[in-house]
Amino acid sequence: MARMTYLEAIRTAMLEEMERDEDVFVLGEDVGVKGGVFGATRGFYERFGEWRSLDTPLAESAIAGVAIGAAMYGMRPIAEMQYADFMLPATNQIINEAAKIRYRSNNDWSCPVVIRAPYGGGVFGGLYHSQCPESVFFGTPGLKIVAPSTPADAKGLLISAIRDPDPVIYFEHKKCYKLIEGEVPEGEYTVPIGKADVKRDGVDITVITYGLPVHFALQAAEQLYEEEQIDALVLDLRTLQPLDTEAVLEAAAKTGKVLIVHEDNKTGGVGAEVAALIAEHLLYDLDAPIRRLCGYDVPAIPISPPLERFYMLNTDKVKQAMRELALY
Amino acid sequence: MTGKTITEYEITHRELGLSDEQAVDMYRYMLMARKYDERGLLLQRAGKVNFHISGIGQEAAQVGAAFALEKGKDYFLPYYRDYAFVLAVGMTLKELMLSLFAKADDPASGGRQMPGHFGYKKLNIVTGSSPVTTQVPHAVGIALAAKMKKKDFVTFVTFGEGSSNQGDFHEGLNFAGVHKLPVIFMCENNQYAISVPYHKQVACESIADRAQGYGFPGVRVDGNNPLAVYKVVKEARERALRGEGPTLIDAVMYRLSPHSTSDDDLAYRTKEEVEEHRKRDGLIQYRQYLFDCGLLDEEKDREMTEQIMEQVKDATRFAEQAPYPEPEDALRHVYAE
Repeated sequence: MARMTYLEAIRTAMLEEMERDEDVFVLGEDVGVKGGVFGATRGFYERFGEWRSLDTPLAESAIAGVAIGAAMYGMRPIAEMQYADFMLPATNQIINEAAKIRYRSNNDWSCPVVIRAPYGGGVFGGLYHSQCPESVFFGTPGLKIVAPSTPADAKGLLISAIRDPDPVIYFEHKKCYKLIEGEVPEGEYTVPIGKADVKRDGVDITVITYGLPVHFALQAAEQLYEEEQIDALVLDLRTLQPLDTEAVLEAAAKTGKVLIVHEDNKTGGVGAEVAALIAEHLLYDLDAPIRRLCGYDVPAIPISPPLERFYMLNTDKVKQAMRELALY
Repeated sequence: MTGKTITEYEITHRELGLSDEQAVDMYRYMLMARKYDERGLLLQRAGKVNFHISGIGQEAAQVGAAFALEKGKDYFLPYYRDYAFVLAVGMTLKELMLSLFAKADDPASGGRQMPGHFGYKKLNIVTGSSPVTTQVPHAVGIALAAKMKKKDFVTFVTFGEGSSNQGDFHEGLNFAGVHKLPVIFMCENNQYAISVPYHKQVACESIADRAQGYGFPGVRVDGNNPLAVYKVVKEARERALRGEGPTLIDAVMYRLSPHSTSDDDLAYRTKEEVEEHRKRDGLIQYRQYLFDCGLLDEEKDREMTEQIMEQVKDATRFAEQAPYPEPEDALRHVYAE
């Protein structure tokens, strides 16, 4: 085990995979000489050379499209979208191409590409450096989508994504980069795609979440337990697609009270699908209506501090929603 | 080099290093594609298939290009009118018919995609989609892999002139130019993007002019002349293999058929215009060239045509009788199984 930040875990996963397999390479804006705007590929240029930490022209559809071409040839490209907000020009390449290549060719061709997408607010990024575009891609068969919350999961899921035979969007929360530290297993460590993780076990209420809010939920759960003996189960989805239905249903059934939390806005978000799943399978086992605590349905997060604070989730907001549900 | 035009038959096949047999084979593939295409239109009109999209009038450039590339080595990213191209790089009439009838053994997609959406890993034909020009960055990505892995192949990608307005065209060309990648971009400039004519699609004289902005040569060529196209593609391939980077080719031709079986082209162009271009049909011109060279005569041509018609009939029967996919196959291959 080594203690490191979420960002360092992402960098370590790529570095180890690039050491292991020379077909793995990173391409994107500023990923070469500079080592990435967040430093995720720091030192790669010196270590692996300009082709395997490839600075591309500033054009997201080409970053995705070129990576898709290389993946179809048999390479294992990791395409970095500098900010998830900027990946929309690549959406056609991701949804109409990468996601459909295996299906449309009847399994003749495949596209093992990883699209890394730094996302999320709380970094004074304003409307276009804060977005959570998961729901744009969620529900597109052919894509896998992961969104780790801890350094260990960040490493394990990125290695799994690189080795996966199908396209994976890897959402990495920018606020977690430096803020979240944790123990990370050394060497080859994978976390299976499609498996949620119970980050805290409990019997009174279930919180289902992913990304940064996992930490809010865990902190809130500790406080609620100490202060009011409310014992919360916190399920970290980790993979958004395919959803770990079994884990979701098991966690919901265990307490009969479910709160879904995500930073992406509420309408049409991942939480809607999770709620539908629970309603389909477990409606009569529930002791309270399913609740959602999500981002507001506004176009994006404003930059002014009071506006951003108002939008963002935090431990207090999650704690309040958890308490209300527990007392229902 | 930008804007350079290679005129009709200023060079013979022998001067290009093509044997007499190859010269006749080029004609055979052009004719085969034409006959397949005509049959496709008929089958749709007869209600036997739901859709056909035609490449009539574009065979010359497609076959010229195919002969300049290396089968089994180069990677091909054709667009939906490239029947003559895919036949010339190894697909069979039966395989094209299986796709037209959307049957289980369609090698491109197992009956999932519309006809003309090629893909065949065995032949290095990369799977394509309908949103135009998305294949251009893919061609660049495969060329990037060639450069990274130090392999001596090129990628060859085609598209229409309307498609040369798409972002993926410009992003792809720029990427390939910056990194000097071994890719050949060939525009099959057939004068129409469905109904919209060339002058309402682009303001430059030639699609080849667009290469200038990306720092590599653009060549305009008579797309009705398979030998002229062979020459420029061959040169582009050699340039690419020397590490000098990409080439953009503007192969000028005319789409003699409507856009697809869902299109009435006389709503936006006249019969006279189409007839005028029919006279310049690359197939007819090349046939005359072979007659002039003494490689073909009326009898040989008739024999060849009859042989191809027989193959087309066989392929049609074969595909018509071939099984459809199982309904539940619709659920397969979303992810690796």
